[in-house]
Amino acid sequence: MTLLRLETTEPVAPPVAVALDGLARGFGGRPILDGITLSIRAGEFVALIGRSGSGKSTLLRALARLDDDAERSGSLEVPAKSSVLFQDARLLPWARVLDNVMLGLRASDARTRALKLLADVGLAGREAAWPQTLSGGEKQRVALARSLAHAPELLLADEPFGALDALTRLRMHALLFQLIGKYKPTVLLVTHDVDEALTLADRVLVMEDGRIVLDRTVELPHPRRASDGRYENLRRSLLAALGVYA
Amino acid sequence: MTILSPHEFYGDPAWLGFSGKALPEPSTAERPARPLTPRRLGPGGHLFGPALVLAIWELASLTGLLSPRLLAAPSTAVVTGYDLMVDGVLQQHFLASAERAYLGLAIGVALGLVLALVAGLTRLGEATIDGLVQIKRAIPTLALIPLAILWLGIGETMKIALIVTSVLVPVYINTHAALRGIDLRYVELARTVGLSRAQFIRRVALPGALPGFFTGLRLAVTMCWTALVVLEQINTTEGIGYLMNRARDYGQTDVIVVGLVVYAVLGLVSDSAVRWWERRTLAYRKVIGS
Repeated sequence: MTLLRLETTEPVAPPVAVALDGLARGFGGRPILDGITLSIRAGEFVALIGRSGSGKSTLLRALARLDDDAERSGSLEVPAKSSVLFQDARLLPWARVLDNVMLGLRASDARTRALKLLADVGLAGREAAWPQTLSGGEKQRVALARSLAHAPELLLADEPFGALDALTRLRMHALLFQLIGKYKPTVLLVTHDVDEALTLADRVLVMEDGRIVLDRTVELPHPRRASDGRYENLRRSLLAALGVYA
Repeated sequence: MTILSPHEFYGDPAWLGFSGKALPEPSTAERPARPLTPRRLGPGGHLFGPALVLAIWELASLTGLLSPRLLAAPSTAVVTGYDLMVDGVLQQHFLASAERAYLGLAIGVALGLVLALVAGLTRLGEATIDGLVQIKRAIPTLALIPLAILWLGIGETMKIALIVTSVLVPVYINTHAALRGIDLRYVELARTVGLSRAQFIRRVALPGALPGFFTGLRLAVTMCWTALVVLEQINTTEGIGYLMNRARDYGQTDVIVVGLVVYAVLGLVSDSAVRWWERRTLAYRKVIGS
């Protein structure tokens, strides 16, 4: 008897970068994350949306290991190298732009790397500027350069454009998309903006009361148009999951 | 019902650049707006008050309203000050005082800074040091003089030690408060970019505490002279405090005024020096009000 081994024609799926199993977090006896099981493949761009208080930021902070004070259970696997992009640019006001980007870089080519990333975000020539002299969008671009300078395998972005004006936000979407394409980290973007999620992500998760209630893959080509019927359908189902059509 | 996306709502994608009719020109204001805050003082504007007091004082002395037994006229004090300088007496006393004050200041500031760092950055330090400094803060320096004399004698060591203990308090309190008050968001950032403890102290904690340190230093530079006046009554024949106390015995109000002027000038000069240094060091701050 012969065993036939069938060769699969499909490409090998990339390895899992983030794996959560029954992840729960609580604060002061109040559960915030209610047993989340989730896996994200390397290079995937995942958007996490949800209403205020749904637990999306708590999930991001758990992945960033910034929740020592929480009651914890469940298992969590994340890449060793991860970066966080906060909603506020969080630049050290006493350090110049270049020093902010170099913060925590240990490699001997730290300076070259930081300069390259500043050029990537369109801020070449502003290396010596003080953060306070920058506009909100420029600050967030420095923060983006800083988070990518660490060559993260996982980029955790916590509503990074939430504090920017609408036009700056659109430009930042384009910039983020371009840089993610260039450096190819796995991305988890927390946002409350359905359009932001649909414009950028390969996969959208909706959170509600500490659980993931919807997990949709977005298989639309870029650039995505809101006039596309499939976009509209996805948008409607996401809004429905968020309770907007209730 | 369909909810429109912004693209549909505004028309895609021309809503990024609005076109359309120009808004009507705003009507030009008929009367100038009254400013709600006073206009800025010109350079030297702060000298108006002191100059006014000086003029009234001189006038009162000239007309005999103010007896020289109570207070010498400013003009008399100027002449006395000049004479004292020509004789070299003023310089001699000034140098003796300055040596005490600045030696005490240097040691006190260094000690206050070190204590603040140890208390601000370690738990054991916080537990050990903070309570002690807070107790010291509650005791006036001058109340320590009797003990200090018993322990250290009546010489220079005692005087400098008391200046040290009085200037370390404001340096410690302000630096420590600034260290404790460092924005937790920066601590979080330091964790996410993987700073070591040493890097955190160098890049985040120290620069973050610097504004507090400067506040403490500004208080300390004037404080080191304050303590001197009293200390220079004890077993010394040199110093501005000694000069003034002797003048009191002889009823020389003009010499007392000269001593006061020396203190005032020193206070102002030291304060501006620290502020200049502060502005240079904290250049990243958009300085408001200076």
